[in-house]
Amino acid sequence: MKKTVVVIASLLILSAFLGVVAMTLTFGAPKMTDMDDYFLRYGQEQTGTNNQCTSVTFDFRGFDTLGESTVLFCAVIGVALIFRKMQAGEDHEDE
Amino acid sequence: MSRIVRTAADIIYPFIVIFGLYVVAHGHLTPGGGFQGGAVIATGGALVIVAYSYEEVRDWLSGKVLMGQEVIGLVGFIGVALLAFAFGQVFFFNYLNASGSLFGTPVPYGINAGDLNTGGFVPLMNFAVGCEVWGGLTLVILYMLSAFSTEKEVS
Amino acid sequence: MLWNLPFITVVVLTFIGLVTVLMKRNLIKILLGINILESAVNLFLVSLGYRAGGVAPIFTLAPSDLMVLPTPQALTLTSIVIGVATSALVLSFAMVLHKKYGTVDINEIRRLQG
Repeated sequence: MKKTVVVIASLLILSAFLGVVAMTLTFGAPKMTDMDDYFLRYGQEQTGTNNQCTSVTFDFRGFDTLGESTVLFCAVIGVALIFRKMQAGEDHEDE
Repeated sequence: MSRIVRTAADIIYPFIVIFGLYVVAHGHLTPGGGFQGGAVIATGGALVIVAYSYEEVRDWLSGKVLMGQEVIGLVGFIGVALLAFAFGQVFFFNYLNASGSLFGTPVPYGINAGDLNTGGFVPLMNFAVGCEVWGGLTLVILYMLSAFSTEKEVS
Repeated sequence: MLWNLPFITVVVLTFIGLVTVLMKRNLIKILLGINILESAVNLFLVSLGYRAGGVAPIFTLAPSDLMVLPTPQALTLTSIVIGVATSALVLSFAMVLHKKYGTVDINEIRRLQG
């Protein structure tokens, strides 16, 4: 019972702090837009695509997409390893 | 599942695959791209797995082909980026943009109707990532279902 | 306060996600709390790049020239894919734990050692 009260009180204080920070942000008027103004103005000449989100994902910041593909690949390899080991464990227990 | 569900899944599955490939192929013109289209195609695979039982689907969707698709996707993505070294530029340089060859039509600034022949190497990377996500997500579903079956065989 | 409603929603979702991760005992419910936290972060990223009266940053038959910022949307795409990878791995661990211990209650799993 005491642990519940302590956890919820500390999380409420954290949320109040985050709420005060969130009130200082303006919704609909971002403050620093220099990089995105460059992407929107010169994206079609330098990448040749109409879709600026794809040009940012695959051309201007393609290295992040390379890391993300590797993470997805490693997650699938991890799932395959776990279930292959689980069935090998069943074979050993039966014998 | 009942016969109605199985027949509906049989009819709808090719249209889901075609729609997913359309989302992947037009990633540089309309909203979409590699990851979104790959997830759509994996949803089609999940529909077939839900309609039929796992023992029947294991004979159709082989695990080795899906694993090969995933590997070809990731290796193709890195290969397309590494080919920029052959043109004397840095890693990940867009060497097909405004070059006149495959996907090489230049695009001026402004609102236009969209031409499929544009985009540099972005459509190639969209195909590679779409292949990888399709193989990966379907493989995760098949591996998780293989732990529940009574036979000792991995997909 | 009403004009900042997306950011207030982010704070509420973060609070709900943290309470779920810290207070629940079932492993599947903890995984749902992790997913709620990731949804809060994705919503925060996307709502940071909004311009009032803007359209999607796609030049194919666009209705106007004022567009929202495209970079936060690219970062959110990466974050969603990594959330999928995390959920797949945690669910596999939950299946292996259930097969070995017979329960997914984290208090019981911690006690059954050796």
